[in-house]
Amino acid sequence: MTSQERAALDAPSLDRTLVRIAHEIREQHKDSAALALVGIRTRGVYLAERLQKKLLEITGTEIPLGTLDITMYRDDLSEVGPNPEVRETKLPFDLKQKVIILVDDVLYTGRTIRAALDALNDYGRPKMIQLAVLVDRGHRELPIRADYVGKNIPTSVKERVIIRIKEVDGRDEAVITGGKGA
Amino acid sequence: MNKLNGQSVKNLLIRGARIIDPVNKLDEVMDLHVQSRKIVKWGKNLQVGDAETMEAKGLCLMPGLIDLHVHFRDPGYEHKETIESGAQAAIAGGFVACVTMPNTKPACDNAQVVKYQMERANVLNFNLWPSGALTQGREGKKVSEMAEMKAAGAVAVTDDGNWVVDSGVARRAYEYAATYGLPIMTHAEDPTISLNGVMNEGIVSTRLGLRGRPNASEDIATARDIELTRLIKCHLHVQHVSTRGAVDMIRRAKAEGLPVTAEVTPHHLALTDEEFVKYDTFDKMNPPLRTEADRQAIIKGLEDGTIDAIATDHAPHAFEEKDLDIEVAPFGTTGLESAFGVVMTELYHGRKWKIEDVLRKLSIAPSEILKKTNFGRLKAGEHANFILADIDKEWVFEQKNIYSKSVNSCFFGKKLKGKVLHTFVKGFQYTL
Amino acid sequence: MTTASKVLWTRKDLLGLKDLSVGEIELILDTAKSFSEVSQRDVKKSPALRGKTVVNLFLEPSTRTRVSFELAEKRLSADAIGMASGGSSMTKGESLWDTIANIEALKVDIIVMRHGSSGAPHRVSNYTRCGIVNAGDGINEHPTQGLLDIFTLREIKGKIKGLKVVFVGDILHSRVARSNVWGLTKLGAEVVLCGPKTLIPWGIEELGVKVVHDVKKAIDDADAVTLLRIQMERQNETLFPSIREYASTFGLNTALFKRAKPDAILMHPGPVNRGVEIEGALADSPQSYILKQVTNGIAVRMAVLYLLSGALKNE
Repeated sequence: MTSQERAALDAPSLDRTLVRIAHEIREQHKDSAALALVGIRTRGVYLAERLQKKLLEITGTEIPLGTLDITMYRDDLSEVGPNPEVRETKLPFDLKQKVIILVDDVLYTGRTIRAALDALNDYGRPKMIQLAVLVDRGHRELPIRADYVGKNIPTSVKERVIIRIKEVDGRDEAVITGGKGA
Repeated sequence: MNKLNGQSVKNLLIRGARIIDPVNKLDEVMDLHVQSRKIVKWGKNLQVGDAETMEAKGLCLMPGLIDLHVHFRDPGYEHKETIESGAQAAIAGGFVACVTMPNTKPACDNAQVVKYQMERANVLNFNLWPSGALTQGREGKKVSEMAEMKAAGAVAVTDDGNWVVDSGVARRAYEYAATYGLPIMTHAEDPTISLNGVMNEGIVSTRLGLRGRPNASEDIATARDIELTRLIKCHLHVQHVSTRGAVDMIRRAKAEGLPVTAEVTPHHLALTDEEFVKYDTFDKMNPPLRTEADRQAIIKGLEDGTIDAIATDHAPHAFEEKDLDIEVAPFGTTGLESAFGVVMTELYHGRKWKIEDVLRKLSIAPSEILKKTNFGRLKAGEHANFILADIDKEWVFEQKNIYSKSVNSCFFGKKLKGKVLHTFVKGFQYTL
Repeated sequence: MTTASKVLWTRKDLLGLKDLSVGEIELILDTAKSFSEVSQRDVKKSPALRGKTVVNLFLEPSTRTRVSFELAEKRLSADAIGMASGGSSMTKGESLWDTIANIEALKVDIIVMRHGSSGAPHRVSNYTRCGIVNAGDGINEHPTQGLLDIFTLREIKGKIKGLKVVFVGDILHSRVARSNVWGLTKLGAEVVLCGPKTLIPWGIEELGVKVVHDVKKAIDDADAVTLLRIQMERQNETLFPSIREYASTFGLNTALFKRAKPDAILMHPGPVNRGVEIEGALADSPQSYILKQVTNGIAVRMAVLYLLSGALKNE
């Protein structure tokens, strides 16, 4: 965390939050056999992996895990600039009859989730899709809401919410930057 | 289209020009007097009563340039060039006389076409010297009517572009030409080797994925023609030499005393096959631009006297014809308007040639090859055929400098140093 | 997952592998890997080029490449239109530039172009805002074929660097061989070209490849062998005496292929002349990846179209 950043979640509370979400998922879906986790690239993938571990501890079953790259489905592809890198999507299970828990780090405008829903549709027709996010910072531009929210953090549009994940960034934390005078 | 209008010179005193005429051993600042289109005299501080005067301080007055190799396409391909537009291009480049190639339609293989071309040029007050075809229809089979063509004014014979593949026919044709003292101009290239190549065969053609024409096609043809010359003792003039092998063979032939002369083009001495990277059809010519080693050999050949003259091979083609893909577009670049600038840039400025040597290649040697002793020098009592040039003027060659009917020049965008500002042809003054 | 490429794609055209950097080639290959998954889904479609129009201008006969491009375009949700020489006004003497200007006036985004003349797409690219994909120009390049060959090789071998890759056949007239030579040498493969001297371009060794005329020596310890199609009409150009002699001296059979490494793979850009450049049984063997190449072609072409469409957005 640098001097301009304000802490929102530290490492222990980030972990506790994921434990809580795992429990909430467990409560809503007694039949874990139908469950599947799908992380949205990049950080959603690692959050989904962690949720998978926590759910294994709680339920004793390994929930199938997939990764989703939504680049091709973004609605800003026609904006200026080179196209972003497309990476692999891996869904090593049949989507039919599955309850998909889509996992992402921050829920903001909702456009990423819209793209993810479109992408999932092209792979098959799940029974249900739910959304789990670590942070909901508001400012939705589409009628989308999360089913599991780690923490609601009211922000201004000028601010940015940064989630750091040990696997990518070397440590776990959620911080807010910018805003006042920035 | 650009057009130059000539003024018939009545009584003009050109003052303070640096008059350079190697034949007359002149190189000093003097005045020159032209009256009734003819040179009267030159000298220091000439006093001519009522003559109009022209200040030419800083300019070089030199014998007009002579091009041994142009395509004026007239008759038959007037959409590419006419004798009139060709003459305009020549005058714009400082050329006062041109040898036209016979690949017209019909081919210039008889006295009628020779007469037509000369009459047309006479009306235009231009010195046009037709070459006639070596064989009928330029087909490489039957010898053409050279005696009649010579009588009509043809200065040489050639099947330019269609090298006579059959050595037996070539032998007879060369012998026949020698009977009438006509120089044989040869585009030495064996088409069975060149095939459908569009550029020089070498590492650049391999890199660009284009079919090539190897040096061997020119070398083989040059060798045969030199051997026929040894046999017949005809005057062989090798056109647009482009390979180091051909330069070497010509050097040896001359050392043996064979009657061989040779020319190169400005583009072969200035450019290489690397030009082709843009797949620009304006760089597609035949012989093709070769490698740097060939270019250096050509320059060396010019400097040691192996190669006598520089000739443009001015080959106009309509834009629509050139604006096709590289396989289909015709061969050739125009060259009259850019030649002086290119030669001055490359050789006078670039290699520190003397100005006399430039004149030797562009004017004196051509006049000697054709035995036109009124040209390549200043001659009192003869028509004014000279140029006034600023040999240090820097300019960029652009489409606006074109007076030809066609714009297919490989030199567009090139920075040049040295420019002709006035051309006097048959006593008419053209100002650029 | 392959490592993320750091390179950004900024070219509006793909004209050849000659012009590309190692980073750009790897970016296409990595992107293709992501797109190869699209063809395995229930819905074999992505919306990445939705609303974009692609014209397939094939001025030389082609079935395989054209179909592959069309599928790639459709799987990216682009609107694809085909124009072949027979069906267009080109045969009526319209110049290529007029055709391109007309296509551009139809507000097309990308032109996939095959032309019989080397360099035609390079020149066209200067005339138009549209992105140009070279689908084969004369004997110069066929970049998407080269990329799909390299993609297939990398998929199976896990790398390109240090592999011995052999091409046997008519190298002189092969734009496929040229694109492969540019790409493979950049990526560090050892490239060996094999054929009679009449079918090898002048001085090609200077591009960093080895030329071997003995097919046995060429194939020894190879990791991959690509056979190039022999065009029957070439025997009239005195490039080789007869199909029979060509097949017996340069044709690949099972015994000969045993000289390559045990896990060597066999490739062919198609269409295959069975019994001429390759023994039929070998073409169908498990070591033959000819059909895998065809499948991979779609992913590679999707990747190219996707990357180009990104660079074209600044209009």
